[in-house]
Amino acid sequence: MLVKKSGDISANEITEEKSYLNRRNFIRGGMLAGTAGVTATVYRRLAVPAGSSESATEATYLDRKVDGEDLTSYEDITTYNNFYEFSTSKEGVARLARNFTTRPWTVEVTGLVNRPRTFDLDEIVGLGIEERVYRFRCVEAWSMVIPWLGVPLARLLALVEPLGNATFVSFQTLLDPARMPNQRTQVLDWPYVEGLRLDEALHPLTLLSTGLYGRLLLPQNGAPIRLVVPWKYGFKSIKSIVRIELTDRQPTTTWSSYAPDEYGFYSNVNPGVAHPRWSQARERRIGEWGMRETLPFNGYADQVAGLYHGMDLGRYY
Amino acid sequence: MSATIGSPGFLRLLLVVNAGVPMLLLGYDTARGQLGTNPPEYLIRTTGMLTLIMMVITLTITPAMRWTATPALIQVRRLAGLFTFAYASLHAVAYSWFDKALDPSLILTDLVRRPFILLGMTAFAILIPLAATSTHGMVRRIGGRNWKRLHRLVYLAAMAGAIHYYLLVRADKRLPLAFGLVIAGLLLWRARKTNRARRSTHNLAGSDSLQ
Repeated sequence: MLVKKSGDISANEITEEKSYLNRRNFIRGGMLAGTAGVTATVYRRLAVPAGSSESATEATYLDRKVDGEDLTSYEDITTYNNFYEFSTSKEGVARLARNFTTRPWTVEVTGLVNRPRTFDLDEIVGLGIEERVYRFRCVEAWSMVIPWLGVPLARLLALVEPLGNATFVSFQTLLDPARMPNQRTQVLDWPYVEGLRLDEALHPLTLLSTGLYGRLLLPQNGAPIRLVVPWKYGFKSIKSIVRIELTDRQPTTTWSSYAPDEYGFYSNVNPGVAHPRWSQARERRIGEWGMRETLPFNGYADQVAGLYHGMDLGRYY
Repeated sequence: MSATIGSPGFLRLLLVVNAGVPMLLLGYDTARGQLGTNPPEYLIRTTGMLTLIMMVITLTITPAMRWTATPALIQVRRLAGLFTFAYASLHAVAYSWFDKALDPSLILTDLVRRPFILLGMTAFAILIPLAATSTHGMVRRIGGRNWKRLHRLVYLAAMAGAIHYYLLVRADKRLPLAFGLVIAGLLLWRARKTNRARRSTHNLAGSDSLQ
């Protein structure tokens, strides 16, 4: 057996207890600070609240109220978006959609019409832009108040002269995975499609919107042209439209084919009919902490309830 | 990790600091009003996500002890579990307060009508006795074997939590599925270990009787 003499390690090579403890504390401190830094960074990366540095509510809009309700801020409207073509995260859409090109852009209007026609965006804008301040109620139970700019859909449809047997209108979003990156995933069946009954489409409240807050629409809000149907849940208001077709049968719609028991064709805002997984009786107005009562037809019942006279709204949700 | 640097006290400190960082940042963001466009929804979602992450970390500690041969890790398991409970409590309070205005009848309606709320609340309810029996004194009082049996319920709470998350997502269920799979994997690992341990005790008992 080899027994080393104690002289193999000279006394001055032995680490002093004090510096040994110092080194240990130094390493420990480094590990605490280092891991805390990593944890904080990872948390900051993963948990990103919506909102940008751009706070640009136009002065002329500051005091605008609708039925005593304040407008939702421009910043909130442009940073909290459901637009699955870009991201399923509401906070992520604005950044991913930033470079979405919207010119040139045409909208094909076809189907059961006398004069099918492809409109350039400028031609639609030329039909006369109006401002409409509407409540916007998402099926996820949050809501906003938005000053839209747009053309009543009825004005566009009049130009193509719907045939007598046309009873429905279907809408289609752009399909272009190169420009809408999340279309590469199978999250939904692309392209996104929506539909209205013809009388809903012709209703004076129904708008083809090209802007909000006095400006052109930003990509995250459905640029360059989107539908706005204020008495229906937000997903009916299809974004970045390239095609409109008049038909004689109820068109397929993306969410109702994805989950028919959760999202119906009509999807009128209705506090009495719950989503199978959550209540629709109340909603959170963006900017408020509590929840407020949801109004039938989102508060537009006096103007649109007649469209559904005699219909069982529990069945046709 | 060397034995001295990885002393139980230091490991505990490491866990408290890292599990506490998100809570501090969330509190800081709340204090300066930086919770984004929909602050109540952001608070509810973020605390829920942190609960699931802390839950997975907690459940990973026992297998990690075996894999890395670092028995000292057991010292942080209780703390990790308590942080899971803390985040779950924040989540439950945020939901009850901001979504339900602390109205018991609204919460009760939700419990009856919405399976995902029922699952979430069940998971939280399970965590309460686990947190309450986390002290050494309580382990002694109810007995090690009973304590182990009781604390196996954590897997039930974790699965209920993952399904709760799965049910509330509208589309793109990849993340909730990932949580579910990881938790199921951890449960399976644990079940196999327990079975093997049980079998070997049976064999020992058998050989005893032969002698």
